Amino acid sequence: MTIVSRNDLLKVAEEAKERLDSYKCRILVCSGTGCVATGSELVYKKFMEIATNAENVTVDFNTCGGEHPIGVKHTGCQGVCELGPLVRIQKGDKVVQYVKVKLEECQEIFEKSVLDDQVLEDFLYKQDGITYEGPDDIPFIAKQTRITLANCGKYDALSLEEYIASGGFTALQKAMFEMTREEVAEEIEKSGLRGRGGGGFPTGRKWKQVMRQKETTRYVVCNGDEGDPGAFMDGSVMEGDPYALLEGMIIGAHTVSARDGYIYVRAEYPNSVSRLHHAIDELEKNNLLGENILGTDFSFHVHINRGAGAFVCGEGSALTASIEGNRGMPRVKPPRTVEKGLWEKPTVLNNVETFALVPKIVKNGSDWYRGYGTEGSPGTKTFSLTGSIQNTGLIEVPMGATLREIIYDVGGGLKGGTKFKAVQIGGPSGGCLTSEHLDVPLDFDSVKKYGAIIGSGGLVVMDENTCMVEVARFFMGFTQRESCGKCVPCREGTQRMLEILEKIIQGKGEMEDLDRLEELAEMVKSMALCGLGKSAPLPVLSTLKLFREEYEEHIRDHKCRAKVCEAMRQFLINEENCKGCGKCAKKCPVGAITGEKKQPYHIDDSLCIKCGACKDNCAFDAVYIEA
Amino acid sequence: MGIITIDGRKVEFTDEKNVLSIIRNAGINIPTLCYHSEVSTFGACRLCTVEDERGRTFASCSEEPRDGMVIYTNTGKLKKYRKLIVELLLAAHCRDCTTCVKSGECNLQDLALRLGIIDVRFNNTRVKHEIDRSSPGIIRDPNKCILCGDCVRACEELQGVGCIGFAFRGTEAMVMPAFNKSIAETDCVNCGQCRVYCPTGAISIHTHMDEVWEALADPDSRVVIQVAPAVRVAVGDAYGINPGKNVMGRLVNALHRMGFDEVYDTTFGADLTIVEESAEFVNRVETGKNLPIMTSCCPAWVKYVGDHYPEFKDNLSTCRSPMGMLSAVVKEYYRNPKNVGGKKTVVVAIMPCTAKKQEAVRPNSFTKGEQDTDYVLTTTEIIRMINNFGLDFKELEPEAADVPFGFGSGGGVIFGVTGGVTEAALRHMNPGHDKETMMAIAESGVRGENKIKEFKVPYEGRELSICVVNGLKNANTVMEKIKSGEAQYDFLEVMACRRGCIMGGGQPVHSAPRMKKYRAKGLYNADSEAIIKKCDDNPLVQSFYNGELKGMSHELLHNKEY
Amino acid sequence: MLDQSYYAKADEIIEHYGRKAGSLIPIMQDIQGAYRYLPGELLSYVAKEIGVREAKAYSVATFYENFSFEPKGKYIIKVCDGTACHVRKSGPILDVLFKELGLNKKKHTTDDMVFTVETVSCLGACGLAPTLMVNEQVYPCMTPEKAIELIEELRGESV
Repeated sequence: MTIVSRNDLLKVAEEAKERLDSYKCRILVCSGTGCVATGSELVYKKFMEIATNAENVTVDFNTCGGEHPIGVKHTGCQGVCELGPLVRIQKGDKVVQYVKVKLEECQEIFEKSVLDDQVLEDFLYKQDGITYEGPDDIPFIAKQTRITLANCGKYDALSLEEYIASGGFTALQKAMFEMTREEVAEEIEKSGLRGRGGGGFPTGRKWKQVMRQKETTRYVVCNGDEGDPGAFMDGSVMEGDPYALLEGMIIGAHTVSARDGYIYVRAEYPNSVSRLHHAIDELEKNNLLGENILGTDFSFHVHINRGAGAFVCGEGSALTASIEGNRGMPRVKPPRTVEKGLWEKPTVLNNVETFALVPKIVKNGSDWYRGYGTEGSPGTKTFSLTGSIQNTGLIEVPMGATLREIIYDVGGGLKGGTKFKAVQIGGPSGGCLTSEHLDVPLDFDSVKKYGAIIGSGGLVVMDENTCMVEVARFFMGFTQRESCGKCVPCREGTQRMLEILEKIIQGKGEMEDLDRLEELAEMVKSMALCGLGKSAPLPVLSTLKLFREEYEEHIRDHKCRAKVCEAMRQFLINEENCKGCGKCAKKCPVGAITGEKKQPYHIDDSLCIKCGACKDNCAFDAVYIEA
Repeated sequence: MGIITIDGRKVEFTDEKNVLSIIRNAGINIPTLCYHSEVSTFGACRLCTVEDERGRTFASCSEEPRDGMVIYTNTGKLKKYRKLIVELLLAAHCRDCTTCVKSGECNLQDLALRLGIIDVRFNNTRVKHEIDRSSPGIIRDPNKCILCGDCVRACEELQGVGCIGFAFRGTEAMVMPAFNKSIAETDCVNCGQCRVYCPTGAISIHTHMDEVWEALADPDSRVVIQVAPAVRVAVGDAYGINPGKNVMGRLVNALHRMGFDEVYDTTFGADLTIVEESAEFVNRVETGKNLPIMTSCCPAWVKYVGDHYPEFKDNLSTCRSPMGMLSAVVKEYYRNPKNVGGKKTVVVAIMPCTAKKQEAVRPNSFTKGEQDTDYVLTTTEIIRMINNFGLDFKELEPEAADVPFGFGSGGGVIFGVTGGVTEAALRHMNPGHDKETMMAIAESGVRGENKIKEFKVPYEGRELSICVVNGLKNANTVMEKIKSGEAQYDFLEVMACRRGCIMGGGQPVHSAPRMKKYRAKGLYNADSEAIIKKCDDNPLVQSFYNGELKGMSHELLHNKEY
Repeated sequence: MLDQSYYAKADEIIEHYGRKAGSLIPIMQDIQGAYRYLPGELLSYVAKEIGVREAKAYSVATFYENFSFEPKGKYIIKVCDGTACHVRKSGPILDVLFKELGLNKKKHTTDDMVFTVETVSCLGACGLAPTLMVNEQVYPCMTPEKAIELIEELRGESV
């Protein structure tokens, strides 16, 4: 199909829809990074093989088509990564979610669930004794509000036709033929959409600023350099709904009259890169990217730049520097990116989630979008929910949802029923929220008030087994390692803060260190050059404020209450409990445990790397930790 | 245009690029370690951060002035943070201040004192790096680098050489050539602008003071010293003498007292250069060969041509530089049994320039197997030697330099400023000696600070197309135009340093930014005061060509090859 | 001296991205991809070909973690130390790999050039923490013991 006019697109959409509806059954195999890691690609191939070899069955893979065929599809993240590989069997409106699908189970699923209409109880999702059949019944999914992630898991992430069939590119048509450029920007502004990358700057206003520039060469850049260690929302969108992101960029480019766009994708996301390449090729083949889009004089090309391993490139000016082939060092502002961004030209720079939302807002209108979220932060937000939580994975909730809703309703509570201590929100640029914040609505502005940030949306749940000093050290280690080294406060300040934190963790801290730490943190926060530098001390400031007594314990009592800090703990074997089975010695990866059978074993602390394998594997509870 | 309130006082501004300039104009010397008006704004040191009335902080170097702004430059918070920043820099810095060549003129040391840092609470945890002494012109000591990037920007943005850059990142970041090669292995032209911009002792002059002291102490050596034009208007900086004041007389006195046997004036070498180079130019114009002729007195430029435009080597004038000519002549003069007096002759040159140190050891700077210039000292080094000796320079009586090479023309003196060489050559090529002729040449477009000066002058019924370039980066622009045929010139003067040798890499830098206009003025004044304006009118030049060195001009005054 | 084929490969990559300064990073990435390291000679060569100063090319190459002037092992093991993996104890996995292979924070590649062990900030599979990646394959839910098993398996493959 080549689509050279609006009519072509309308026709293609109609046909695509028809074909999509004609499927007898679609086998939707999750191909998010998580499921690929657990082997979903093999599952996909297995289903393909089974379906191809089955008699009297028409199969198709990446296009829609034919006479009531069976489709085997790659979808974006289906959500419950822990239970992968995930497979959905969809027949019309009826969808069955299978979890932890093994290769040897595929045949049975195909025969009973695809060819026949049985539901295989054994492979369904179970929680608290209840079995859930459809994905939307699973509490983890049911409690979410999926706008950005709406398509993930439902459609073939690689198929342009399915994207169009699902309503894709109606927004572009509307933006190009039913609205003026100004109206599009106005609609985005009215929707209250704020940048999802962390800054929370109003997107519509940003676009308008670019439109006002005298310079007519302009660029649209998508920030897919999701560097927060523990966040993978953007990766999931790039993998799972690449066409939505691209449609958002095309609308953006049309609105601000840009001819070229760039997507900067993090190095660690090879999947995203290949999916985006595929999607761009498809769009080019069908004239939805390239010259004279939909027969108008609007032309737009999208290029992909892969990151090369530098967190700081998530900062706007560092990102554009990197695209230009330079060191990713943030530059001073003004001029701002909207005035002089990429190659010193006016540039719209938004993150993946933001662009992916644009088509939805244009299609459904700003009032629809404002129907979600809060007054100041409309819409939803994706988070990656990880840490000591029952259900880890990608979630989307309305802005203004409370932590309690996120952790207990969506997340299913803490893993192993441990006691909630805090969440770390916003990653290395963010801070902690504790039980006293469980019931406050979370949005851009409220979270900021508590010394944290929504950021890109990393949400790590921590329980009593998490040492807050160690968490602060972890983030400081990260920012220190990733500091570009340009400005003195960040380069030298983070290094010194890290040294102090390490000293404390090693049990060598002094009380004055805390003052010094605070002094450094306040200085870096005020004086660093870029946003990342300015926010680098937040994890320290936040933990110092909320968990000062833990710091003091480390210093004063040489005690780590979470029993995490190695210098303050020792693995020991209780001689009374030890039966001398030798399992711990066998499991010890470093050979630190010795003993004779049926005699109590002994751990050599000088060799022990405190991995805990002995404790985890002891059947008699004989291994204990002394803090 | 507008008004900014700085610390409660209203200050008017016009077209200042940034808030920092307005603050400085208002008489507050707000600290910075990385801001220079002639290179791009980097914003790395954060010391110039100010606070607005809402308590927000921002760096003033990168902030555009807006009418009605209210800022504070010295709030309690800012003072505390600035002090901590400098403390952090000091903590990661080799703090051998007492033995550092930069001591006393180091911006970091200054700030530590100004901000009252009396204790550094953090240990230096940086890995120690080797010092690179490979270049004859400069020494690079990474242990003293504060990563302000000034040298990197100077090398790239002003000089267009770009042989050093940042490498690695975070606390491992360093400034170094590619693959941490030694400077000598790179395209470095030894211009020393990196050293001019370096606020600390991370890049310093490769000094030769000890060698010269040793020669002075040797009873068997005759130590002859020559003084370049630009030196005389910069030495005074160190002694609180009026900026740009020509202190040649006092300098000669000092050098005599320090034990130099003969003090000569490089201006004489410049006069010889003009006679030779003009003849060469006229010859090339007549034959139409190897035009444009390119001046060869700037060694940084000569190396640059060799590294980047080897196909234009034949366009370089074969003339040695004024220093090279004078040294060869002096050496030859004392080779004469009549003059030798049983002593070994050591020729020292005081230059505003670090690249001259490289020129002195260039293979073509040897005559009869001997190195013409034994040691090059920069202005900065001679000041240190005067101080070492304990002379009260300001109080010295002027003395005249020595015969037979201690006198030069006005045309020779202005070699130290951009366009000077060209102006002197034009004077020489013009038959007129009157004021009007001199005036007309001065106003032809040859003077001034423009980076690229293009103009035409009449010569024997035709027009000569001249181009004068200052700042090596601009030479690159011009060379590309010449290469592509877009520009055609007959004569091309290039001085690697902006404004010419007066702002050379060996000049005192502490006060340099304020001195630039005075130094040029100083040299033009020296020219105005000179009785002899034209190089060939210098009687010593006449006696050279007709005296005992007659017939040796080619061997002594020209380079064999580049 | 590098074999001539390296320069031929570099030429091919340069042609693909175009002789312009902006192509520096993708060109280096492809060279790194082809040889599992970035030979210094090739960096200098590329710089010259696309009109970038050598010092600049070096400064860019050393800025980004992904470029290495040292040849890497056949299996590049990236242990994820993202937040999710960290709180689920990725540290001991790294420790045990270092110990097993005789590596440390400074020495990342085994002498037989089979294994390179590095850390990475996030692989985007946080739900399956702790994870590690061998070349482009992600391994979920790791433990120190599983890591050792994996090494043994890979050793068997590489023989």
